[in-house]
Amino acid sequence: MSEILLEVSNLTKRFGENTILDGISFTIRKGEVVVLVGPSGCGKSTLLRCLNGIEDIQGGQILLDGEAVLAGSKELTQMRQKIGMVFQSYELFPHMNVLRNITIAPEKVQKRKRAEVEIEAKALLARVGLADKADSFPRELSGGQKQRVAIVRALILHPEVILFDEVTAALDPEMVREVLDVILDLAKQGKTMLIVTHEMAFARAIADRVIFLDDGHILEDSDPETFFEHPETKRAEQFLGTFRFEKR
Amino acid sequence: MQMEILAQYFPLFQEAAVLTVKLGLAGIALALLIGVICAAVQHFQVPVLRRIAAIYVEVSRNTPLLVQLFFIYYGLPKIGIPTNPYLCGVVGLAFLGGSYMAEAFRSGLEAVPVIQTESAESLGMNRAQTMRYIIFPQALSVSVPALIANIIFLLKETSVFSAVSIMDLMFTAKDLIGMHYNTTESLFLLVIFYLMILLPVSIAGSILERRLRYAGFGA
Repeated sequence: MSEILLEVSNLTKRFGENTILDGISFTIRKGEVVVLVGPSGCGKSTLLRCLNGIEDIQGGQILLDGEAVLAGSKELTQMRQKIGMVFQSYELFPHMNVLRNITIAPEKVQKRKRAEVEIEAKALLARVGLADKADSFPRELSGGQKQRVAIVRALILHPEVILFDEVTAALDPEMVREVLDVILDLAKQGKTMLIVTHEMAFARAIADRVIFLDDGHILEDSDPETFFEHPETKRAEQFLGTFRFEKR
Repeated sequence: MQMEILAQYFPLFQEAAVLTVKLGLAGIALALLIGVICAAVQHFQVPVLRRIAAIYVEVSRNTPLLVQLFFIYYGLPKIGIPTNPYLCGVVGLAFLGGSYMAEAFRSGLEAVPVIQTESAESLGMNRAQTMRYIIFPQALSVSVPALIANIIFLLKETSVFSAVSIMDLMFTAKDLIGMHYNTTESLFLLVIFYLMILLPVSIAGSILERRLRYAGFGA
């Protein structure tokens, strides 16, 4: 087994009186692909936002490589370069072209040379099938293309783990495929990823482990085979049932 | 309308126009500065300062420029601050314009979705980098139409400068009418000169607006 990369212990997140995440603990090892599933409002997205320090936490801790991720801390900007994040709504920067969207952070944050970053950016764009879009603006791209650019933008910082927050939820079915193929390709390269998705077939294909989150608690944490075929809890069975259709 | 009178008056109006533009630009530059500061203070909810900014905006927007000018021109010397007409004009225009510019900048900042900040910060950008590279350029593009409108409005407002004896276009026209009674020629030149100042601003503004327009956020 490879070393532990991300260690979350007893994480608690509250918005006022509402407890969104109630004592979440799990680990992700280097090179592992973990898929996080659960009903809407169960706290999946909030969990990712906590892991990236966008949301502060009320209890527990998040360790990446043994260092704490803490919202509002001085080290946070450093830590964030190690944690890539891809949003459901892409969040490219509309006033910059595709190439600049990708190169701005490595150049300004990591102080790398622009020319060198541009070469890498173009190689990555080619890898996701967008070699000809470097000079386009985000408004000229389809949803699937935007999301692939967003993935490249996260990749170029060489993060140790990438968080995907329902990255295909806003896409047409055909575009879903092109984005998922990119993520599958990353899995083959051995990238460590934590993926929130509602695409169950994809989850099953890509996951090394599946975590099932419900109402702020982790109910299952198992390999995909076990989770999809023999879930331990009634709640998970019920949840998986909503994706099955049978003619009556 | 007599051509020789137009020709005779032209240099006088020219001189007045240069003065009007100079004072106007100085006032507008200061107004933009005040506007950026007030908008930032309010947007980032800086304690105490944001209240002061809010009070300033309301006072400035809800009093006429003429009243503000009189207040500065006659008021300040009474409390021992010497003033001259030009300074008074620039300060007055900046005081009036600052609030309008502040509102324009603020609406621009508010138009940029919060998740754009989160997106930038998730790439490791700090507060300053996020503002400079991501938020401010987008906010500015939203603000531009309002900023251009404000600049035109403020340039037109300079016409009340004559009340504090600044020899601007309006003053020159009134002066000449008073002296020689050539009403038609004076007023004709007055309109022409205002148009010569404002039309280029207007046209440049529309071009700028078109160039800075980004289709939609969240892209």
